Amino acid sequence: MAELKRYDNRLGLWGWLGGGRWGVERYAYILHRLTGLGILCYFLLHIVVTSLRATGRYLWVEGQFFHRPIFKFGEFLVFAAFAYHALNGVRLVLVELGFAVGKPIEPVYPYRTSLNVQRPLLISMMVLALIFLAAGGYEFLGLAR
Amino acid sequence: MRETKYWTWHMAAGVAIFFLLGLHMLIMHMGGITHLFAAHGGAAVSKENSLFRDSALFFTITYVLLLGLALYHGLYGLRTIVFELTLKPAAEKAVSLVLLVAGLGLFGLGAWAAIAAHAIAQAGARG
Repeated sequence: MAELKRYDNRLGLWGWLGGGRWGVERYAYILHRLTGLGILCYFLLHIVVTSLRATGRYLWVEGQFFHRPIFKFGEFLVFAAFAYHALNGVRLVLVELGFAVGKPIEPVYPYRTSLNVQRPLLISMMVLALIFLAAGGYEFLGLAR
Repeated sequence: MRETKYWTWHMAAGVAIFFLLGLHMLIMHMGGITHLFAAHGGAAVSKENSLFRDSALFFTITYVLLLGLALYHGLYGLRTIVFELTLKPAAEKAVSLVLLVAGLGLFGLGAWAAIAAHAIAQAGARG
């Protein structure tokens, strides 16, 4: 079996986080990773906390440990991270499958990049994420009854 | 080839999570707007409404499904990020093993809790 060719990530952590002079998609990618890691941290704790209901402990209901404003705010951050991560993820899946990037063309100068072709999709997804965020904010501020 | 397969599963799991977690968010975090599956009124996260959802087999199945898919998607995503630090093959194996054991352990805990909560809620509903 052929060995995987390994490339040295000489930039280390900066290689993950630095966007440099790349386009907006590079920053969308960084935010996608950060929100993913944030959601994962919450999710691992969420599994443990919600599993306690099998022993009759509901730590998130009124008067219990997790029913404090700080945790409510944390929940909103998780909701915001989910709205972004999910909708940007839909864009990434579509692009990965070849949708919304245009048809392949010959590389003739002046070169055209497919990034500009898929940018309307990125903008649409971010608008949708903002709408969800607004609806979630309305709920978290206690305006919806 | 194997990594391509894992990556495809990662994407497919993401699509399934989009719908399952989307429904979860609509119920739990937008309940004041949607009023979905909160038979007892008030907050969607109240004990009564939690028991109501736990008593339905639909929720028990989708909780276990979402748990498995989200653990795979999240932990495989974490593994991909960690591997970008160009680890030695032995360290990559160790990271994969730790994530696999953690994933299976958390899946066992969450699945047991979902099934036990279903049984408790069903017994409560029967009186």
